[in-house]
Amino acid sequence: MTAAPDYAEKIPNNVDLRDDRRLQRALESWQPNFLRWWESMGPALPTRDVYLRTAVNVGRAGWAHFAHVPMRDYRWGIFLAERDPDRRIGFGEHKGEPAWQQVPGEYRADLRRLLVIQGDTEPASVEQQRNLGATAPSLYDLRNLFQVNVEEGRHLWAMVYLLHAHFGREGREEAEQLLLRNSGSAESPRILGAFNEETPDWLSFFMFTYFTDRDGKYQLGTLKESAFDPLSRTCEFMLKEEAHHMMVGTTGVDRVVERTAQLMVEHDTDDAGPCGAVPLAVIQKYLNFHYSVSLDLFGGETSTNVANYYTAGLKGRWAEDRRPDDHRLTDDPMDVDALVDGRPGQIEVPALTGLNTDLRRQYIADCQTGVNRWNKILADAGLPHRLRLPHVAFNRRVGAFAAVNVSPDGELLDDAEWQRRRGGWLPTEVDKTHVRSLMRPVHERGRIAAWLAPPRSGINGKPFDYEYVHLT
Amino acid sequence: MADTTEPGSALVDFRVSPDRYRHWRLTVDGPIATLAMDVDEQAGLAPGYRLKLNSYDLGVDIELYDAVQRLRFCHPEVRVVVLTSARDRVFCAGANIGMLATASHSQKVNFCKFTNETRNGIEDATACSGQVYLAAVNGTASGGGYELALACEHIMLVDDRSSTVALPELPLLGVLPGTGGLTRITDKRHVRRDLADSFATRAEGIGGERAVAWRLVDEVVPRDRWAQTVRARAAELAERSARPAGATGITLPELAKSRSGDALGYRYVRAGIDRRRGLAEITVAGPADDPPAGLAELHARGAELWTLAMTRELDDLILDLRTNEPEVGTWVLRTAGSAERVLGYDDLLARNSGDWLAAEIIHYLKRTLKRLDVTSRSILALIEPGSCFAGSLLELALAADRSYQLAGVFTEIDPAAVPAAITVGPMNLGPLPMANGLTRLGTRFLGDDKALAAARDAAGQPLTGADAARLGLVTVAPDDLDWDDEVRIMLEERAGFSPDALTGLEANYRFAGPETMETKIFGRLTAWQNWIFTRPNASGPDGALRRYGTGLRPRFDRKRV
Ligand SMILES: [Fe+2]
Ligand SMILES: [Fe+2]
Repeated sequence: MTAAPDYAEKIPNNVDLRDDRRLQRALESWQPNFLRWWESMGPALPTRDVYLRTAVNVGRAGWAHFAHVPMRDYRWGIFLAERDPDRRIGFGEHKGEPAWQQVPGEYRADLRRLLVIQGDTEPASVEQQRNLGATAPSLYDLRNLFQVNVEEGRHLWAMVYLLHAHFGREGREEAEQLLLRNSGSAESPRILGAFNEETPDWLSFFMFTYFTDRDGKYQLGTLKESAFDPLSRTCEFMLKEEAHHMMVGTTGVDRVVERTAQLMVEHDTDDAGPCGAVPLAVIQKYLNFHYSVSLDLFGGETSTNVANYYTAGLKGRWAEDRRPDDHRLTDDPMDVDALVDGRPGQIEVPALTGLNTDLRRQYIADCQTGVNRWNKILADAGLPHRLRLPHVAFNRRVGAFAAVNVSPDGELLDDAEWQRRRGGWLPTEVDKTHVRSLMRPVHERGRIAAWLAPPRSGINGKPFDYEYVHLT
Repeated sequence: MADTTEPGSALVDFRVSPDRYRHWRLTVDGPIATLAMDVDEQAGLAPGYRLKLNSYDLGVDIELYDAVQRLRFCHPEVRVVVLTSARDRVFCAGANIGMLATASHSQKVNFCKFTNETRNGIEDATACSGQVYLAAVNGTASGGGYELALACEHIMLVDDRSSTVALPELPLLGVLPGTGGLTRITDKRHVRRDLADSFATRAEGIGGERAVAWRLVDEVVPRDRWAQTVRARAAELAERSARPAGATGITLPELAKSRSGDALGYRYVRAGIDRRRGLAEITVAGPADDPPAGLAELHARGAELWTLAMTRELDDLILDLRTNEPEVGTWVLRTAGSAERVLGYDDLLARNSGDWLAAEIIHYLKRTLKRLDVTSRSILALIEPGSCFAGSLLELALAADRSYQLAGVFTEIDPAAVPAAITVGPMNLGPLPMANGLTRLGTRFLGDDKALAAARDAAGQPLTGADAARLGLVTVAPDDLDWDDEVRIMLEERAGFSPDALTGLEANYRFAGPETMETKIFGRLTAWQNWIFTRPNASGPDGALRRYGTGLRPRFDRKRV
């Protein structure tokens, strides 16, 4: 028998786990499977312990819990943002009604589906990144990778908590499935395409955490608006961790660009490749790839499912409360991306059906801030070169533009021309081989790979040369 | 318009007795009873129409149903029931058109369902009780009037050169003869299809020898020999009946029933209505006492006997909720009591099924369960500790669209309780067939003889949730930690779906297996009829049903759909 106080110790939580027998039982039977999954699909590099932050509480202090812990013993907790007892539904046909504390049966299937799709991405990225440890450019970066990994694991816990606590038997079955689908698996792949691509190198990792994790941020942002309060509060807390992942991506690309710019200036060349860095042109290609693949994650330009979710109150818009409209959108029009006479253009549709486009546009604007930041690094180095986001129709596999070939400038191309020129825009085998050749592990404290600039500061006030990870 | 069955207006009461009949005269003369239709024009159930020419509405049919029931229980000596008209030259003009034109769609559908059930009950009396119905059609029988005659074993038509039998619905009203006419014409009377087509498209109908030649009636009789021929035919049919001699009937006292707002209560059956969630929680209690020691005591208890009393109450409840509570779309069924006692009563009836009363009780339970089967409500059974889903009451769970059985007990409420269990008994293995002719178990395990055999082999043992789920006898067996959530979510989800689509889905799934006349009537004929009812060609402002009697011709949308 487990004594009650053990629960907070084993599974830090603020959901009264010790008083909830049903949840205890559900999680107890799920946890061994999770650990098995973590052992077989989680980080492959053996480590003794890692300097990790563990959330033990939702308050500020609960966040600052840093220690060296063996990853297997990481305490994956369950945290929801504090409950606002007066919270009301902010949009859709239930606008103004009290937020739901229980899943209304009528929306159960839809909510479950939303949770499963979100939940499926969390362990997926851990799987995609499992071999990266072997080529980490520094202990600092290795530690960040593992921090992201355990937090994605915790996000899985968060989704599993909701499935267990609110979706009964079927929720438990879905929770099992989340561990049985695997990234890139032929028999049972992850649900979304982008989560079945391996993250083969650290440039990809930084791009992934910048662009693809950012999709997650926007999806979580819409779920944070949900009328289903436990989901809303769960996502609100997850967003805080997600911000850290964005930071890893943003500063990671910063440091790649910084190092490349430095070598370009030092050697007065446009191609930093021979100097042991990632050429700027290759950075742009990786950016093109990750950005366009991530745009696909937002789905088709129009969606009646998403319209229904909105009307039902399940999934809102980014920053719903800051939108100056009626939050019902029953009569509003909006322009969405579309093929018009075979070319990228826009058409008007009912606003409710265009919500995917709305979210994608918020995301695009956010992505642009990163590009601006990297361009400032280039400018500060005195270089005229600039990075940029490709056209929204570039390299798309989902939505209206999947049917056409479009250059990063938005130029329409026939198949032959696309095939001829794509190597100039997307990573080629040569590019990938070069990047891979740079990926030599640096596991000594205080040192860093030659293709990457060191960070401006360490973790939790510790210096860069702190022993963030003890390898076995 | 008069919406008698919508909430807020007068509730329809299905309890009636012969001393209060407004529309029928029931006389019993030894083995021959006469049920003469004599509809009181002024006594329609709702204002706004007059029941001319022996036309009927729900109120008329409620009395007919009562008479058919009482004949079986109170008059075992009756071997032949002569169904006739107390009017001269008119037998019955069918369902009242004014009533049909003003009734809401759901009222029409519910009305047709009930009339169909009563007509099936007439056939059941003939087939199962040896109480043979003889239609003495002493004037024109049109539409539902002829359909009533079609439910009888033998049809005599007076040959007066003007009386006919007719199905004028299509040419006159742009709808179908919806109470079994089209089905019985071909499947029961074997009228050739092209003749049936001619017949059902001529408003004036067919009489005389041609009616016999086409098999629409069994014989025609001149007016001057009418009464004596009817008597003679009745006597002949009485000879052939297997009804026992010298039996004494029981009385069926009026059901004690309370109905206030959201609660309905009888002795063994009660229901609470949750209007916000659109559901009725129905609890059927098992026997309060041990079964009678033998046949004599069974007869002595009569209507007090648990099985009969419970069945009457359940029957009335189904009719009440169906008619008066159309927005209560989900029925949650529970039972409470001793499973051993239920099985004890079952056993008593089964052992004495050669006795007329025991047999009648079983047949009545069979008909009532069939009524549940054709009820357009989601039916969900919850099997909890203290319940008695055994044998005859297990049929309730088997009739349900889904059944949830608690695995174990509610540890927080009563950890020492006996775990929820169900028990298969002899009543589940034959005596209570569905409209498709199969048992509910047989229908459930259609095409899976192994599963059926496994369920049969488990008979007599209380089956806990895990066992019942493994045998496929219940849908799921959540434990007490999951129970509340599973049930709540299932009910809420159900309430969120389209009621029409649910009705269609349930009706399709409930009747797997072979077609019978009954399944055709409730499945095919009714579905077509209800489709036609809602089409503008029938019920639109220019439709045939609305234009009938106005002197204006209907205007049809000519597109075939
Ligand atoms: Fe995440
Ligand atoms: Fe993330």
